[in-house]
Amino acid sequence: MPLDQTRQPPPKRLLFLLPVAVFGVLAVYFAVGLTKDSRRLESVLINTPAADFQLPAIKGRANPDREWGLETADFKGEVTLLNVFGSWCIACQVEHPFLMQLKQTSDVPIHAIDWREEDLDAGPNWLKHYGDPYALVGDDPVSKAAIAFGVTGAPETFIVDKQGVIRYRHIGPMNAEVWDDTIYPLVQELRKQ
Amino acid sequence: MIARRFLIGAMLAWTFATATAFAVEPDEMLDDPVLEERAREISAGLRCLVCQNQSIDDSNAQLAKDLRVLVRERLVEGDSDEQVLDYVVSRYGDFVLLKPPMKPSTYLLWFGPILIVALGILALIAIFRQRGAAMIAVESLAPAALSDDEKNRLAALLDETDTIDKTGGSA
Repeated sequence: MPLDQTRQPPPKRLLFLLPVAVFGVLAVYFAVGLTKDSRRLESVLINTPAADFQLPAIKGRANPDREWGLETADFKGEVTLLNVFGSWCIACQVEHPFLMQLKQTSDVPIHAIDWREEDLDAGPNWLKHYGDPYALVGDDPVSKAAIAFGVTGAPETFIVDKQGVIRYRHIGPMNAEVWDDTIYPLVQELRKQ
Repeated sequence: MIARRFLIGAMLAWTFATATAFAVEPDEMLDDPVLEERAREISAGLRCLVCQNQSIDDSNAQLAKDLRVLVRERLVEGDSDEQVLDYVVSRYGDFVLLKPPMKPSTYLLWFGPILIVALGILALIAIFRQRGAAMIAVESLAPAALSDDEKNRLAALLDETDTIDKTGGSA
């Protein structure tokens, strides 16, 4: 009896490779997805105009010529940075010496949102103690402006171009490396526009 | 003793019930129960950006509180549920929605599992068909019934073997 005839046809190689291919695709997805830090979200506001907001000045910084401490109009005309900080924020203390250094060495104005202070003195006292590197500071106790900028934590730093359009967001403390590699080159580029 | 146990149990139940219920503070709540209900529903679908696996309705984070207040303020101003959600999404992106929206970039997310199940069923059908075909092939290869001639020969051969066995012939 020629038994060979009862054998099934040889299985298609491709079918055997299918699970391997599926595994490969999943492995790539997981490798990307699981190593991505969901705390460092891409802002959806990049390349959109900074939101319309008005914040009162923090205590001791009131200027009789200005109605508000910080508002959307302050971001038009030149490339500026917007730094979100709070006296309660430890990472902001880490970042602060670098901001003080920038005040001495750089010509980029840094505006600030003093975010979620428990009382009116907390922010001003903190700046008195550690130094004040900011051009303009708005007080944002209930996250009005912070939410408008899509802030998720402090510190965060935005680059806003001459037209008042948000161009970049840095999450976490700024330092010399971030400044030299990313922020300052982008500021220079935006200044040419 | 039993009464005491019951009391402790009841107290624990109460503690947990209130602890997990919600993070909304009394001063945040709206006077209008209909608006408040809408606010609660919207908040339950918005991700807290600080404690990312909680909704802002559950989270005690400060930013979550401010978002809850913002949701309520907008409702009071007359925004529809849709408009409130759109505003928050415009600031934080789709990530802020606990239930991802249906749109081309999320089709894979929504339909991927169904697709995989469908592929599995197709594979099963293919395998069973293949096996069925193989079984039929085996059956068709089965030899035809013996003819009378062959039966006689077989009987004769079997008899022969029996005789050999009985006479003690070597196997």
